[in-house]
Amino acid sequence: MSSAAAAPLPVRAAASRTPWLLSAPAFTLFACLLLVPLALTAVLSFQVFDHATGLKNSFTLAHYAAVLTDDYYHGIFWRTLWISALTTLICVLVGAPEAYVLSRMRSPWRSILLLVVLAPLLVSVVVRAFGWSMLLGPEGVVNQAMRALGLPSMRILYTEAAVVIALVHVMLPFMVIPVWTSLQKLDPGVEDAALSLQASHFTTLRRIIFPQVLPGILSGSLIVFGLSASAFAIPGLLGGRRLKMVATVVYDEYLHELNWPLGAAIALTLLLANLAIMLSYNSMLERSYKKSLG
Amino acid sequence: MSFLTLANVNKSYGATRAVADMNLSVDKGEFVSLLGPSGCGKTTTLQMIAGFCEVTSGQVTLDGRDITHAKPNTRGLGIVFQSYALFPHMSVYDNVSFGLEMRRVPKEERAERVKAALALVHLEAHAGRYPRELSGGQRQRVALARALVITPPVLLLDEPLSNLDAKLREEMQFELRQIQRKVGTTTIMVTHDQTEAMSISDRVVVMEAGRVTQIDQPHRLYEHPQTRFISNFVGKANLLEGRVTAAGPWATVEVGGRVQLELEAPGVSEGDTVVLSLRPEKIRLLSQAQGRIGGTVKERFFLGSQWLYQVSTAAGQLAVVCPNDGTAPAEEGANVGLDWAAQQVRLLPGAQGVPA
Repeated sequence: MSSAAAAPLPVRAAASRTPWLLSAPAFTLFACLLLVPLALTAVLSFQVFDHATGLKNSFTLAHYAAVLTDDYYHGIFWRTLWISALTTLICVLVGAPEAYVLSRMRSPWRSILLLVVLAPLLVSVVVRAFGWSMLLGPEGVVNQAMRALGLPSMRILYTEAAVVIALVHVMLPFMVIPVWTSLQKLDPGVEDAALSLQASHFTTLRRIIFPQVLPGILSGSLIVFGLSASAFAIPGLLGGRRLKMVATVVYDEYLHELNWPLGAAIALTLLLANLAIMLSYNSMLERSYKKSLG
Repeated sequence: MSFLTLANVNKSYGATRAVADMNLSVDKGEFVSLLGPSGCGKTTTLQMIAGFCEVTSGQVTLDGRDITHAKPNTRGLGIVFQSYALFPHMSVYDNVSFGLEMRRVPKEERAERVKAALALVHLEAHAGRYPRELSGGQRQRVALARALVITPPVLLLDEPLSNLDAKLREEMQFELRQIQRKVGTTTIMVTHDQTEAMSISDRVVVMEAGRVTQIDQPHRLYEHPQTRFISNFVGKANLLEGRVTAAGPWATVEVGGRVQLELEAPGVSEGDTVVLSLRPEKIRLLSQAQGRIGGTVKERFFLGSQWLYQVSTAAGQLAVVCPNDGTAPAEEGANVGLDWAAQQVRLLPGAQGVPA
């Protein structure tokens, strides 16, 4: 009897261990590949660097002070911020209607066009960046077309415009997919209901559809903003040597200046800034729709 | 002049005709149900009235206005969708108020009318709630209030009760009818549930494979089904196949080779093969050697208020329903007599010539 009464205990203990065991592989991977390098980078960012002798094993806040006070870095951070914000905005304006149109298409076309939207993800970012540089360059297709129309040629390549155009192209699927997902969850009758109550198509979109896909737009913009702010290949290849964004500066500090601690400090500052912006944006928007959508 | 008319309305999807030559006139204030099995075209018909589905040919007229090709948002009809289609991001109040807002009703009047509509469906206390915080029945009421608040000329109900559990469905049936009587809105309801259609409609339109097979008042529909399909779809029926042995105003039909049945059937001639319908509750269960024919109780089922017997007779197996009057029921295996009034045996028109 006593053994039977004691039996459930180890079973329960095993059951309580199961979630830990199940998540252990993912956690190990996460720890090895993300947490450890991040911690090492953090440690690195507080180390003294000397151009003649290299790394020294003593503590300093000089790198952070440089990043936070130097106008040069302010400019780069500011540029990164507005380029990412603009990219996000354009992605919302293009991606959300695109997802809506896609969701209203008929069966064969819908999957075909969804594939077209997602196809860019199958091509390397570097290849796409070179593609854009061929299109936007001084002798590129865009400028040739301008000249053919009698318009003056423009300098697009190695400007912010080129970076934004290419970033939008790369990031669009990350906006379309979450919006698409929230559109799929929509009751198709809701639109008909609004129409039957004499709402115009535009009012239906604005008052009925849009508020319901807002969570999708929100998560899409978080993904797009986060990826844009830390984008490296696009600004590196289309922004040129002089137009720097934070990720390219970090690269320069590491590989050209060999000032690893400063690079680490910039990278962590970007991480924190990104985190702060995304969290506040998230909580701000979530407050506005949480009450109604739960 | 009827209020809503469908004249020769057709709907084709490629080669398949979802609705064929639909003719229907609905009077003002009438409650009409479109009844049929799934895929019979009843929902398509409703969608065409609502404007969500293009009419292939024919004409839909509302109060003298041709609305065949009018946009759905210009028809001004009140619609309750099967899924209710409430706006999940709006409170109950805002849901009901939306239609009035779209009609640019002034704010004070809007508040009054929303309140009245919510009172009509007993939801005044829930105005501030969101749809996801409501039960199925409450959502149904919100959908109804939202459709009625705009005082539509016609209310369209698309399987309004199909998402409710049986008990609630019965309650809502009667409430729906009461509300409709109170506000007097012309109503068209689509349903596949014959009890629902019969209990609350003024008239029932039975549809089968895209065609209307009978339009009648519920009682007439039940008592005089026009086809074999209807007699079985609307209520239960014992269908008997037989051959006419003597014609006249009262014909004699031989069923199962031995049993002679007399029935009112002026149109038949001797030698015709016919199908007869006899409702289970029209048959009385008597003791042995009484009544028209004798039989043996094969099975019996207790349904609470009724007993259902399967009695095997010379005319075939007959279902018999008797009210549970508290006395002892017939035992399985018992020999019984069956009787019915001769005029209760109905000849199914259109079923003549069906091989027996």
